[in-house]
Amino acid sequence: MMLDKTVKELGDALRLKDFSSVELTQAFLDRSKSLNCEINAFITIDEEQSLAQARAADETLSKGKPTALTGIPIAHKDIWCAKNWITTCGSRMLENFRSPYDAHIIKRFNEYGAVIQGKTNMDEFAMGSSNETSWFGAVKNPWDLNRVPGGSSGGSAAAVAAGMTPASTGTDTGGSIRQPAALCGISGLKPTYGLVSRYGMIAFASSLDQGGPMAKSAEDLAILLEAMVGFDVKDSTSLQNKPVDYASAINESISGLKIGIPKEYFSDHIAPDIQKGIEQALQEYQRLGAILVDVDLPTSPLSVAAYYVIAPAEASSNLSRFDGVRYGYRAPEYDNLNDMYAKTRAQGFGAEVKRRILIGTYVLSHGYYDAYYIKAQKVRRLISQDFMRAFQACDLIMSPTTPSTAFKLGEKASDPVQMYLSDTFTIAANLAGLPAMSIPCGFDQMNLPIGLQLIGNYFDEAKMLAAAHQYQRATDWHLKKPPSTTV
Amino acid sequence: MEWETVIGIETHVQLSTQSKIFSGASTGFGAAPNAHACEVDLALPGVLPVLNKEAVDKALRFGIATQATINQRSIFARKNYFYPDLPKGYQISQLEIPIVEGGSLTFRVDGIEKTINLTRAHLEEDAGKSLHEDFLNMSGIDLNRAGTPLLEIVSEPEMRSSTEAVEYAKTLHALVRWIGICDGNMQEGNFRCDANVSVRRKGDNALGTRREIKNLNSFRFLQQAIEYEARWQIEQIEDGLPIVQATILFDSDSGETRLMRTKEDAHDYRYFPDPDLLPLVIDDDWLVTVRSSLPELPKSKAKRYQSELELNGPDVASLVSTLEAATYFESTLAEFDKKTTTAAAKLIANWMNGEIAASLNRTQKDFSECPVSPLMLSKLITRTLDHTLSTKLARLVFEELWAGAVSVDAIIKEQGFTQISDSVEIESYVDQVIAQNPQQVEDFRAGKNKALNSLVGQVMKLTKGKADPTQVNEILKAKLA
Amino acid sequence: MSLSKQDVKNAAALARIEITDQEVENALGPLKNVFTLIKEMEKLNTEEVEPMAHAQDISTRLRNDIVTERDQREALQANSPAIEKGLFLVPKVID
Repeated sequence: MMLDKTVKELGDALRLKDFSSVELTQAFLDRSKSLNCEINAFITIDEEQSLAQARAADETLSKGKPTALTGIPIAHKDIWCAKNWITTCGSRMLENFRSPYDAHIIKRFNEYGAVIQGKTNMDEFAMGSSNETSWFGAVKNPWDLNRVPGGSSGGSAAAVAAGMTPASTGTDTGGSIRQPAALCGISGLKPTYGLVSRYGMIAFASSLDQGGPMAKSAEDLAILLEAMVGFDVKDSTSLQNKPVDYASAINESISGLKIGIPKEYFSDHIAPDIQKGIEQALQEYQRLGAILVDVDLPTSPLSVAAYYVIAPAEASSNLSRFDGVRYGYRAPEYDNLNDMYAKTRAQGFGAEVKRRILIGTYVLSHGYYDAYYIKAQKVRRLISQDFMRAFQACDLIMSPTTPSTAFKLGEKASDPVQMYLSDTFTIAANLAGLPAMSIPCGFDQMNLPIGLQLIGNYFDEAKMLAAAHQYQRATDWHLKKPPSTTV
Repeated sequence: MEWETVIGIETHVQLSTQSKIFSGASTGFGAAPNAHACEVDLALPGVLPVLNKEAVDKALRFGIATQATINQRSIFARKNYFYPDLPKGYQISQLEIPIVEGGSLTFRVDGIEKTINLTRAHLEEDAGKSLHEDFLNMSGIDLNRAGTPLLEIVSEPEMRSSTEAVEYAKTLHALVRWIGICDGNMQEGNFRCDANVSVRRKGDNALGTRREIKNLNSFRFLQQAIEYEARWQIEQIEDGLPIVQATILFDSDSGETRLMRTKEDAHDYRYFPDPDLLPLVIDDDWLVTVRSSLPELPKSKAKRYQSELELNGPDVASLVSTLEAATYFESTLAEFDKKTTTAAAKLIANWMNGEIAASLNRTQKDFSECPVSPLMLSKLITRTLDHTLSTKLARLVFEELWAGAVSVDAIIKEQGFTQISDSVEIESYVDQVIAQNPQQVEDFRAGKNKALNSLVGQVMKLTKGKADPTQVNEILKAKLA
Repeated sequence: MSLSKQDVKNAAALARIEITDQEVENALGPLKNVFTLIKEMEKLNTEEVEPMAHAQDISTRLRNDIVTERDQREALQANSPAIEKGLFLVPKVID
C-alpha cells in the first residue's frame, strides 16, 4: 500500500518503476480530498498544478537523473509562498493572495523534483498552538477528531499522521513544528536558526522563525532536510555552512552519547503518562549505549515570558505591511485613509493575531521598551548561555516536547496564557536558535501520542537525526497509525 | 531687543548606487510608475532585505571626509509608522548606533571661516511617492523611490543665520558630489534639507523651542523658509505667544510656513533592532581602502593652491567649490611646465572665474561639460603668455572655441588674430592717427591726459585690436613728447 | 502598574486596528493575564546582561551593487485591490 510508505521507501519504489509519480500523487490527492472534510488539514489542493509537476517528475525518473525526492508529493505549510499558488498564511488577509514568487525552499524542492501536493492549514500567521486560529477553520487531530492537532503547523502534522501526504514542511517560532508533531505522533525537526532560508516564509517573529521538515521517520526528515538547508543570498541571516550528508549521518552509532536531562523540564506540570513515556524512552536510549547526565537550564522557566514579549514585538512590526494598499484584503467600506487601515486590519486579522499585535505594539511603545523588550532580550541571552553551559556536559538534551498530550478543541481557547504554556518546553530552543526535534515515544491512556524532544547544539542536526533514527530502529512508535484512518 | 536665530539642519542625501539599499531593483529616475518596485520594495509577504555594500561604502566615504568617527559596528532599526508610501509599515533606519558619528564641515561666510559640527550620519531607505493630482478623492502610490539608499546627515544647531544655513547646505552639497556619493540633483530630490529653527534673545544660553521645516529642496527655499520662520517666531514671542514644538511645511508659492503636526500628535515610532538584519561590521581593511580611494578634499587643495601656486583666497574658493572645477583647473595646469606654472595658474583662475564661469552659468553646464577643454584653454593661455594674443583677442578666440572650434592656432591663422608686435608697423598706424586727429593731439599737449586714451583707442581700432595697447601707449607718448 | 483600557486603545490606534469599547473590555482580562506571565521576568536580575537581539552572533552579509530585478509590475500587481495607471490607489493622502 503506497500510502503507508515512508519517503525513503516511496523514492526507491519510484526509481524501480513500481508506480509512477502521477499514480502516487493522484493516490495522495484522492485520499486528501476524501479526508479533508473531516481533518481540514489542507487549505488549498490544486490537482492540476500538482499533477503537472508529477508528470515532469516521471519524465526525470525515466530519462534524467532523479534525486531522493523526485516525484514525491510534499505538502507545504501555507506560510510558504509558492508561485501561482494561493498562499494564505491561514488568514482572511491573504485569502485570495496568489504568490507571484517562490520561497527559497519551494525553489529547492522544485529543483529536487518533488511535487507540491497542496498547502496545509495552520494557525493564522502561525500564531497559535492548536490550529484553532485559522481563518479556514480548525484542523482535527487524526488520533481523536475532537482534539487539536497542535499548532501552528497543525495541518502539516495532521496530513502526515492521517496518511494524506508522505511528508510536509512546517515552521517553528516557539514550537510550531515540534508541538504538533508530538500531538499527532509524527517526527518533526526545527533546524539551527539560519540553516533554512526564511525568504518566502511569511514572517511571524523574524529572529525566531525557522522552517523544517515533518515526516513519519527521522530517516525521512534527513532526506527532506538536505533539500531545505543551504545558503540563500536573499536572506541576510542565512548561513554559509558546508553541506552535510544527513541521510548517511543517521547511521552513526550513538554508543557513548551523553544525553543531558534538565530537571527544569521534568516538573510536576507534566502529565504522569508523559513522564512515564519519556522515562521509558530514556531507558531505551541507555540500552542503545547512551549515558544520561543531569544538566541545569535555570533560566528556561522564564522562556515563555520572554517569548511573549519578543515574538509579539517583532510580529507587530512584521504584520504592518498588511494594510490593504498593495495586496490582500481591503475593507469594502471606509471613510478615509486611516479608517481604511483600521477597518482592513480589524476585519482581516483574527482575534489572536490582533491580541499579539496589541501586545507587541505596547511593549515597544514609548516608556515600556526597556522594561519589556530590553528585559526580554536580556533573559533571552541568559537562556542561551544556560544551553552553552549544558552542552559542555552533554551531546544532546532530551525532554518531553509538551506538558500534555492533545487537548480538546476549544479547551484552551478562552485563556491565552493556558494556550501559551503548551509551548513551555519548546520555546527556549527558538530563543537560543538551537536545533530541536520531536519524535513519537509512546501513548497515553487515551491512546494519544507522546513526543520526545531532542535539543542539540548549533549545527548538530546530524547527531540528533542519528539519535532519533537509532531509537526508531529499536522501537515502532513512529509506525503506529491513528485508528480513524486505519478503518 | 536683539534676536538670534539658531539653526540645525538634517539633510537626506540620496546615495548614487545602481540598485536599492535592500533590494536588487534599479534606482534609476523617471521610470514608469512602480516599474522599479520589485517584490522586496513592495513588501510582499515573506520577502527579506539584504544590505547593499556600495551604500555602506559611500557612508564611509562621507564619514572619513568629515573626520567623523566610524562606528565599526552599527545597528539597523525599524521605525514603525503607517503611510501608504511606506510599504512595510516601517522604515529601516539607524537609531542608537549610526554608522557615522561626529565630524565637521568648514566654509566661509563673508570672508570669515565657520566650522559646523555634525552630530551623526546614518543609513536608511527612502519612501515612495504619493501622487494627488490625477485621481478624484484618491492618491496614487508610486514605489519606485521606495528603498533608495539615503544618508541622513544631522548637524548640531550651530548656525546663526539663513546665510550660514545656506552656505552649510551648499558646502555639504559640494562635498557629497566631490566624494562621489550623491549626484546632487536637487530637482529630483536627491538632496533634501530639513531645517530646525528656533530663536532666542542675544546673550541667552538656553535654546528656544524649535520647529522643524520639512523637505526643502532648493537653497533659495531653505533661505526663504528660515527667514520667514525666524520672523514668525520672533513676532509670536513679542506678542506674548508660546512656540509649540512642531513639524511644519514651507509653501514656496506663498513664501510662508504652515503647521503639519505638533509634538503632541507626533508618532510613537516604536524603534527596535531589525531582526532581519544583523549588526553591520566594518573591518579595518575596508576603512583603509576607502581612505586611500578618496580624492584630495577641497580644504587640502585650497591650502595647496595658495601656498604652491600663490593664488589668492577668493580665487581658490571658487576653484575648489566643485570637484569638476578643481579637476578642470588641474588638468589645464598640467599642460604647463614648471617655469610657467605660477603665471599660468593665475591666468587659468582668471579664465575659470570670469569668461568660463559666465558661459557655463548661461548654459547651465558644469566644468566637466565645458566645450572648451582644459587642453584648449592651455593653448589659449600659452598664446597670451607668448604675446601672440592680446587679452581682447584671446576673448575672441575663446568665443570661437566655445562655439565649437577646436584649434587655437587654426583660429588665429584663419582670422588673422596675430598680435602686431612689430614697432615699425605700429608706428605707421600711430603716425596716421596723429595726422588725422590734430585736436586731440593739441589737447594732450595742453595737459589733458584723457586725450591720450582717445588716441590709443583710435590706433587699436585701426589695427582691429591686434596691437598691444601698452606698446601703442608708449609709442604715442614718445611721438607726442 | 496595570494595563488599562486606555493602554489597549492607544496600542490599537498605533497598530491601526479598529477596536470598539466592547472589544477593549473583552480584550483587557486576557491581556492582563498575559502581562502577569510576562512580568515573571522581573524577579530575575539582569543588570549586567547584554541584550540579545539575534539568535546568531555574526555580522550582516552585504550584497554587491548590481541591479538584479527586472520590471514585473503586472505580475506583482495582480493581487492589488485598486490599481490605476500602474499606481496603487488609496483614499486621498493628506499631509
